[in-house]
Amino acid sequence: INWQQKARAAPPQADPVLFEDTSSSASAMNTQGYYTPGYNMGAPSSDMQGGAGMDNLFADPMANAAMMYGSSLANQGKDMVNKEISRFMSVNKLKYFFAVDTRYVLKKLMILMFPYTHQDWEVRYHRDTPLTPRQDVNAPDLYIPTMAFITYILLAGMALGIQKRFSPEVLGLCASTALVWIIIEVLVMLLSLYLLTVHSDLSTFDLIAYSGYKYVGMIFTVLCGLLFGSDGYFVALAWSSCALMFFIVRSLKMKILPSISADSMGTGSAKPQLRLYITVATAVFQPIIIYWLTSHLVR
Amino acid sequence: MAFTLYSLIQAAILCVNAVAVLHEERFLSKIGWGVDQSIGGFGDEPGIKVQLMNLIRSVRTVMRGEVKRSTV
Repeated sequence: INWQQKARAAPPQADPVLFEDTSSSASAMNTQGYYTPGYNMGAPSSDMQGGAGMDNLFADPMANAAMMYGSSLANQGKDMVNKEISRFMSVNKLKYFFAVDTRYVLKKLMILMFPYTHQDWEVRYHRDTPLTPRQDVNAPDLYIPTMAFITYILLAGMALGIQKRFSPEVLGLCASTALVWIIIEVLVMLLSLYLLTVHSDLSTFDLIAYSGYKYVGMIFTVLCGLLFGSDGYFVALAWSSCALMFFIVRSLKMKILPSISADSMGTGSAKPQLRLYITVATAVFQPIIIYWLTSHLVR
Repeated sequence: MAFTLYSLIQAAILCVNAVAVLHEERFLSKIGWGVDQSIGGFGDEPGIKVQLMNLIRSVRTVMRGEVKRSTV
Protein backbone atom coordinates (compact mmCIF):
# COMPACT_ATOMS: atom_id res chain seq x y z
CA ILE A 1 0.00 0.00 0.00
CA ASN A 2 2.85 2.41 0.74
CA TRP A 3 4.32 1.79 -2.73
CA GLN A 4 1.06 2.78 -4.31
CA GLN A 5 0.69 5.84 -2.15
CA LYS A 6 4.20 6.90 -2.92
CA ALA A 7 3.52 6.60 -6.64
CA ARG A 8 0.25 8.43 -6.28
CA ALA A 9 1.70 11.26 -4.22
CA ALA A 10 3.34 12.64 -7.37
CA PRO A 11 0.58 14.95 -8.58
CA PRO A 12 -0.93 13.47 -11.72
CA GLN A 13 -2.93 16.50 -12.77
CA ALA A 14 -0.57 17.72 -15.50
CA ASP A 15 -1.49 17.27 -19.11
CA PRO A 16 -0.20 13.76 -19.91
CA VAL A 17 1.05 14.69 -23.36
CA LEU A 18 2.96 17.60 -21.88
CA PHE A 19 4.94 15.69 -19.37
CA GLU A 20 6.61 13.56 -22.00
CA ASP A 21 7.93 16.68 -23.68
CA THR A 22 10.39 18.19 -21.27
CA SER A 23 11.55 20.87 -23.69
CA SER A 24 9.02 23.32 -22.29
CA SER A 25 10.12 24.82 -19.04
CA ALA A 26 6.85 24.36 -17.17
CA SER A 27 6.82 20.64 -17.60
CA ALA A 28 10.54 20.44 -16.84
CA MET A 29 9.87 21.98 -13.48
CA ASN A 30 6.93 19.69 -12.91
CA THR A 31 8.77 16.53 -13.86
CA GLN A 32 11.57 17.36 -11.52
CA GLY A 33 9.02 17.54 -8.81
CA TYR A 34 7.45 14.21 -9.84
CA TYR A 35 10.41 12.00 -10.31
CA THR A 36 12.84 12.94 -7.66
CA PRO A 37 10.85 11.88 -4.68
CA GLY A 38 13.96 11.06 -2.75
CA TYR A 39 15.38 14.52 -3.12
CA ASN A 40 12.68 16.83 -1.88
CA MET A 41 14.79 19.88 -2.36
CA GLY A 42 11.82 22.17 -2.84
CA ALA A 43 10.24 21.70 0.55
CA PRO A 44 13.23 21.82 2.87
CA SER A 45 14.77 24.91 1.27
CA SER A 46 11.54 26.82 1.70
CA ASP A 47 11.40 25.61 5.28
CA MET A 48 14.91 26.86 5.74
CA GLN A 49 13.93 30.33 4.56
CA GLY A 50 11.18 30.32 7.14
CA GLY A 51 13.57 28.91 9.72
CA ALA A 52 16.16 31.59 9.14
CA GLY A 53 13.55 34.18 9.93
CA MET A 54 12.90 32.60 13.30
CA ASP A 55 15.98 33.47 15.22
CA ASN A 56 15.34 31.16 18.11
CA LEU A 57 15.83 28.09 15.90
CA PHE A 58 18.81 29.15 13.84
CA ALA A 59 20.57 31.62 16.01
CA ASP A 60 23.91 30.58 14.59
CA PRO A 61 24.38 32.17 11.15
CA MET A 62 27.23 29.78 10.43
CA ALA A 63 24.92 26.77 10.61
CA ASN A 64 22.54 28.59 8.32
CA ALA A 65 25.24 29.32 5.77
CA ALA A 66 26.49 25.75 6.00
CA MET A 67 23.03 24.43 5.27
CA MET A 68 22.63 26.69 2.25
CA TYR A 69 25.99 25.54 0.95
CA GLY A 70 25.11 21.92 1.52
CA SER A 71 21.84 22.23 -0.31
CA SER A 72 23.49 23.89 -3.30
CA LEU A 73 26.10 21.12 -3.37
CA ALA A 74 23.37 18.51 -3.33
CA ASN A 75 21.61 20.26 -6.19
CA GLN A 76 24.80 20.22 -8.22
CA GLY A 77 25.27 16.55 -7.46
CA LYS A 78 21.73 15.78 -8.52
CA ASP A 79 22.19 17.63 -11.82
CA MET A 80 25.42 15.80 -12.50
CA VAL A 81 23.84 12.41 -11.81
CA ASN A 82 20.93 13.22 -14.12
CA LYS A 83 23.29 14.23 -16.88
CA GLU A 84 25.37 11.08 -16.57
CA ILE A 85 22.36 8.78 -16.49
CA SER A 86 20.79 10.41 -19.50
CA ARG A 87 23.89 9.49 -21.47
CA PHE A 88 23.10 5.80 -21.11
CA MET A 89 19.36 5.61 -21.31
CA SER A 90 16.76 8.11 -22.28
CA VAL A 91 15.17 9.25 -19.04
CA ASN A 92 12.09 10.45 -20.92
CA LYS A 93 11.38 6.98 -22.21
CA LEU A 94 11.79 5.63 -18.70
CA LYS A 95 9.39 8.21 -17.28
CA TYR A 96 6.75 7.05 -19.74
CA PHE A 97 6.81 3.59 -18.20
CA PHE A 98 6.28 4.79 -14.68
CA ALA A 99 3.30 7.01 -15.38
CA VAL A 100 0.74 4.78 -13.75
CA ASP A 101 -2.11 5.23 -11.36
CA THR A 102 -4.03 2.96 -9.05
CA ARG A 103 -6.84 2.21 -11.47
CA TYR A 104 -4.38 1.09 -14.13
CA VAL A 105 -2.46 -1.10 -11.71
CA LEU A 106 -5.60 -2.85 -10.48
CA LYS A 107 -6.93 -3.44 -13.98
CA LYS A 108 -3.59 -4.69 -15.22
CA LEU A 109 -3.21 -7.13 -12.34
CA MET A 110 -6.66 -8.48 -13.06
CA ILE A 111 -5.80 -8.88 -16.73
CA LEU A 112 -2.59 -10.68 -15.84
CA MET A 113 -4.40 -13.17 -13.69
CA PHE A 114 -7.52 -13.57 -15.80
CA PRO A 115 -6.95 -12.43 -19.37
CA TYR A 116 -9.71 -14.45 -20.97
CA THR A 117 -12.42 -11.80 -20.81
CA HIS A 118 -10.35 -8.85 -22.01
CA GLN A 119 -11.57 -7.86 -25.43
CA ASP A 120 -9.43 -5.16 -26.93
CA TRP A 121 -5.68 -5.73 -26.91
CA GLU A 122 -4.55 -2.90 -29.18
CA VAL A 123 -2.20 -0.28 -27.82
CA ARG A 124 -3.74 3.07 -28.62
CA TYR A 125 -1.64 5.88 -30.01
CA HIS A 126 -1.91 9.63 -29.72
CA ARG A 127 -0.34 11.43 -32.67
CA ASP A 128 2.30 8.76 -33.28
CA THR A 129 3.40 8.36 -29.70
CA PRO A 130 2.01 5.56 -27.60
CA LEU A 131 -0.36 6.58 -24.87
CA THR A 132 0.84 6.51 -21.32
CA PRO A 133 -0.28 3.64 -19.13
CA ARG A 134 -2.58 6.03 -17.29
CA GLN A 135 -4.79 6.30 -20.32
CA ASP A 136 -4.42 2.94 -21.99
CA VAL A 137 -4.65 -0.28 -20.08
CA ASN A 138 -2.84 -2.24 -22.79
CA ALA A 139 0.35 -0.20 -22.61
CA PRO A 140 3.28 -1.93 -20.90
CA ASP A 141 4.67 -0.32 -17.79
CA LEU A 142 7.67 -0.91 -15.60
CA TYR A 143 6.07 -0.15 -12.27
CA ILE A 144 4.33 -3.51 -11.86
CA PRO A 145 7.39 -5.58 -12.84
CA THR A 146 9.67 -3.63 -10.50
CA MET A 147 7.35 -3.92 -7.54
CA ALA A 148 6.61 -7.56 -8.33
CA PHE A 149 10.33 -8.33 -8.49
CA ILE A 150 10.98 -6.77 -5.09
CA THR A 151 7.95 -8.49 -3.61
CA TYR A 152 9.12 -11.79 -5.03
CA ILE A 153 12.51 -11.42 -3.36
CA LEU A 154 10.92 -10.60 -0.02
CA LEU A 155 8.51 -13.49 -0.38
CA ALA A 156 11.36 -15.85 -1.23
CA GLY A 157 13.13 -14.76 1.91
CA MET A 158 10.01 -15.37 3.92
CA ALA A 159 9.43 -18.80 2.39
CA LEU A 160 12.98 -19.83 3.11
CA GLY A 161 12.64 -18.52 6.63
CA ILE A 162 9.57 -20.66 7.17
CA GLN A 163 11.59 -23.68 6.14
CA LYS A 164 14.44 -22.55 8.39
CA ARG A 165 16.82 -22.27 5.46
CA PHE A 166 17.22 -18.53 5.57
CA SER A 167 20.44 -16.56 5.64
CA PRO A 168 21.05 -13.06 4.27
CA GLU A 169 23.26 -14.31 1.42
CA VAL A 170 20.42 -16.41 0.09
CA LEU A 171 18.37 -13.27 -0.47
CA GLY A 172 21.09 -11.70 -2.60
CA LEU A 173 21.58 -14.95 -4.49
CA CYS A 174 17.88 -15.23 -5.25
CA ALA A 175 17.73 -11.62 -6.40
CA SER A 176 20.70 -11.92 -8.72
CA THR A 177 19.48 -15.25 -10.14
CA ALA A 178 16.11 -13.74 -11.04
CA LEU A 179 17.79 -10.65 -12.50
CA VAL A 180 20.14 -12.78 -14.60
CA TRP A 181 17.23 -14.77 -16.00
CA ILE A 182 15.48 -11.55 -17.00
CA ILE A 183 18.62 -10.30 -18.73
CA ILE A 184 19.06 -13.60 -20.57
CA GLU A 185 15.46 -13.62 -21.72
CA VAL A 186 15.57 -10.02 -22.92
CA LEU A 187 18.84 -10.64 -24.79
CA VAL A 188 17.47 -13.76 -26.49
CA MET A 189 14.33 -11.88 -27.50
CA LEU A 190 16.35 -8.98 -28.88
CA LEU A 191 18.63 -11.34 -30.80
CA SER A 192 15.75 -13.24 -32.34
CA LEU A 193 13.90 -10.05 -33.26
CA TYR A 194 17.06 -8.73 -34.92
CA LEU A 195 17.78 -11.92 -36.82
CA LEU A 196 14.31 -12.11 -38.26
CA THR A 197 14.34 -8.40 -39.19
CA VAL A 198 11.12 -7.73 -37.41
CA HIS A 199 10.72 -3.97 -37.52
CA SER A 200 8.37 -3.70 -34.62
CA ASP A 201 8.29 -0.88 -32.15
CA LEU A 202 9.22 -3.09 -29.24
CA SER A 203 11.98 -1.28 -27.45
CA THR A 204 14.25 -2.80 -24.83
CA PHE A 205 12.14 -1.39 -22.03
CA ASP A 206 9.02 -2.95 -23.53
CA LEU A 207 10.70 -6.33 -23.51
CA ILE A 208 11.86 -5.83 -19.94
CA ALA A 209 8.28 -4.96 -19.02
CA TYR A 210 6.82 -8.04 -20.68
CA SER A 211 9.46 -10.24 -19.08
CA GLY A 212 8.74 -8.73 -15.70
CA TYR A 213 5.05 -9.50 -15.77
CA LYS A 214 5.78 -13.13 -14.93
CA TYR A 215 6.75 -12.10 -11.41
CA VAL A 216 3.12 -11.41 -10.63
CA GLY A 217 2.33 -15.01 -11.49
CA MET A 218 5.30 -16.17 -9.46
CA ILE A 219 4.14 -14.29 -6.38
CA PHE A 220 0.66 -15.77 -6.68
CA THR A 221 2.12 -19.26 -7.11
CA VAL A 222 4.44 -19.01 -4.14
CA LEU A 223 1.68 -17.63 -1.94
CA CYS A 224 -0.63 -20.48 -2.83
CA GLY A 225 2.17 -22.93 -2.28
CA LEU A 226 2.83 -21.54 1.16
CA LEU A 227 -0.80 -21.42 2.17
CA PHE A 228 -2.13 -24.62 0.69
CA GLY A 229 0.88 -26.93 0.48
CA SER A 230 2.23 -28.54 -2.63
CA ASP A 231 -1.19 -29.30 -4.16
CA GLY A 232 -2.07 -25.64 -4.04
CA TYR A 233 1.33 -24.86 -5.51
CA PHE A 234 0.76 -26.98 -8.59
CA VAL A 235 -2.79 -25.74 -9.10
CA ALA A 236 -1.64 -22.12 -8.85
CA LEU A 237 1.30 -22.87 -11.14
CA ALA A 238 -1.01 -24.29 -13.80
CA TRP A 239 -3.44 -21.38 -13.48
CA SER A 240 -0.88 -18.60 -13.64
CA SER A 241 1.05 -20.35 -16.45
CA CYS A 242 -2.05 -20.54 -18.64
CA ALA A 243 -3.05 -16.98 -17.86
CA LEU A 244 0.46 -15.66 -18.50
CA MET A 245 0.87 -17.61 -21.75
CA PHE A 246 -2.44 -16.26 -23.02
CA PHE A 247 -1.49 -12.73 -22.00
CA ILE A 248 1.93 -12.85 -23.68
CA VAL A 249 0.64 -14.37 -26.91
CA ARG A 250 -2.19 -11.85 -27.20
CA SER A 251 0.03 -8.87 -26.35
CA LEU A 252 2.97 -9.75 -28.57
CA LYS A 253 0.87 -10.95 -31.45
CA MET A 254 -0.10 -7.39 -32.24
CA LYS A 255 3.47 -6.20 -32.25
CA ILE A 256 5.38 -9.01 -33.93
CA LEU A 257 3.07 -10.70 -36.38
CA PRO A 258 2.06 -8.66 -39.39
CA SER A 259 -1.44 -7.37 -39.20
CA ILE A 260 -3.82 -8.58 -41.85
CA SER A 261 -5.05 -5.26 -43.09
CA ALA A 262 -1.78 -3.30 -43.10
CA ASP A 263 0.65 -3.34 -45.97
CA SER A 264 3.41 -5.93 -45.96
CA MET A 265 6.20 -3.40 -45.53
CA GLY A 266 5.16 -2.78 -41.97
CA THR A 267 6.93 -5.55 -40.15
CA GLY A 268 9.52 -6.91 -42.54
CA SER A 269 9.08 -9.93 -44.67
CA ALA A 270 10.41 -12.89 -42.79
CA LYS A 271 8.34 -16.00 -42.98
CA PRO A 272 5.34 -15.53 -40.74
CA GLN A 273 5.65 -18.92 -39.15
CA LEU A 274 9.04 -17.98 -37.72
CA ARG A 275 7.46 -15.06 -35.96
CA LEU A 276 4.76 -17.35 -34.67
CA TYR A 277 7.49 -19.57 -33.31
CA ILE A 278 9.06 -16.64 -31.51
CA THR A 279 5.79 -15.67 -29.86
CA VAL A 280 4.98 -19.22 -28.86
CA ALA A 281 8.51 -19.86 -27.63
CA THR A 282 8.36 -16.76 -25.44
CA ALA A 283 5.05 -17.90 -24.05
CA VAL A 284 6.25 -21.45 -23.37
CA PHE A 285 9.38 -20.16 -21.67
CA GLN A 286 7.36 -18.41 -18.98
CA PRO A 287 5.99 -21.46 -17.13
CA ILE A 288 9.39 -23.13 -17.30
CA ILE A 289 11.09 -20.22 -15.65
CA ILE A 290 8.28 -19.80 -13.12
CA TYR A 291 8.70 -23.42 -12.10
CA TRP A 292 12.47 -23.11 -12.02
CA LEU A 293 12.54 -20.06 -9.83
CA THR A 294 9.85 -21.08 -7.36
CA SER A 295 10.04 -24.82 -6.90
CA HIS A 296 12.92 -24.63 -4.45
CA LEU A 297 10.87 -22.31 -2.27
CA VAL A 298 7.94 -24.64 -1.84
CA ARG A 299 9.32 -27.98 -0.86
CA MET B 1 21.17 -23.24 -10.96
CA ALA B 2 22.09 -20.26 -8.86
CA PHE B 3 23.46 -17.55 -11.10
CA THR B 4 25.33 -14.53 -10.01
CA LEU B 5 25.86 -11.39 -12.03
CA TYR B 6 29.52 -12.26 -12.21
CA SER B 7 28.86 -15.58 -13.91
CA LEU B 8 26.65 -13.80 -16.42
CA ILE B 9 29.42 -11.33 -17.23
CA GLN B 10 31.86 -14.22 -17.55
CA ALA B 11 29.58 -16.11 -19.92
CA ALA B 12 28.97 -12.99 -22.01
CA ILE B 13 32.67 -12.26 -22.35
CA LEU B 14 33.44 -15.85 -23.32
CA CYS B 15 30.71 -15.89 -25.94
CA VAL B 16 31.80 -12.59 -27.46
CA ASN B 17 35.38 -13.81 -27.48
CA ALA B 18 34.30 -16.99 -29.27
CA VAL B 19 32.63 -14.97 -31.98
CA ALA B 20 35.57 -12.60 -32.29
CA VAL B 21 38.18 -15.31 -32.91
CA LEU B 22 36.45 -16.85 -35.90
CA HIS B 23 38.97 -16.59 -38.68
CA GLU B 24 37.83 -15.10 -41.93
CA GLU B 25 39.93 -17.00 -44.45
CA ARG B 26 40.41 -20.32 -42.80
CA PHE B 27 36.95 -20.93 -41.53
CA LEU B 28 34.15 -18.60 -42.50
CA SER B 29 34.83 -18.59 -46.21
CA LYS B 30 35.11 -22.37 -46.22
CA ILE B 31 31.62 -22.84 -44.89
CA GLY B 32 30.16 -20.08 -47.01
CA TRP B 33 29.80 -17.46 -44.28
CA GLY B 34 32.43 -15.01 -45.47
CA VAL B 35 31.89 -11.29 -45.83
CA ASP B 36 31.99 -11.42 -49.61
CA GLN B 37 29.14 -13.90 -49.69
CA SER B 38 26.69 -11.84 -47.71
CA ILE B 39 25.69 -9.27 -50.28
CA GLY B 40 22.71 -11.10 -51.58
CA GLY B 41 19.50 -9.72 -52.91
CA PHE B 42 18.58 -6.14 -52.28
CA GLY B 43 15.32 -4.90 -50.96
CA ASP B 44 13.84 -5.84 -47.66
CA GLU B 45 14.65 -9.49 -47.59
CA PRO B 46 17.93 -10.13 -45.80
CA GLY B 47 17.11 -13.54 -44.40
CA ILE B 48 18.46 -15.15 -41.28
CA LYS B 49 21.81 -16.30 -42.65
CA VAL B 50 22.74 -12.88 -44.00
CA GLN B 51 21.73 -11.22 -40.73
CA LEU B 52 23.80 -13.72 -38.78
CA MET B 53 26.81 -13.13 -41.01
CA ASN B 54 26.42 -9.39 -40.58
CA LEU B 55 26.21 -9.82 -36.85
CA ILE B 56 29.37 -11.94 -36.73
CA ARG B 57 31.21 -9.46 -38.92
CA SER B 58 30.19 -6.49 -36.80
CA VAL B 59 31.16 -8.24 -33.56
CA ARG B 60 34.54 -9.08 -35.04
CA THR B 61 35.03 -5.51 -36.27
CA VAL B 62 34.16 -3.98 -32.93
CA MET B 63 36.23 -6.42 -30.92
CA ARG B 64 39.30 -6.29 -33.09
CA GLY B 65 39.39 -2.56 -33.71
CA GLU B 66 41.59 -2.79 -36.79
CA VAL B 67 41.07 -1.92 -40.42
CA LYS B 68 40.20 -4.88 -42.55
CA ARG B 69 43.15 -5.95 -44.68
CA SER B 70 42.34 -6.75 -48.24
CA THR B 71 42.21 -10.54 -48.25
CA VAL B 72 41.27 -13.06 -50.91
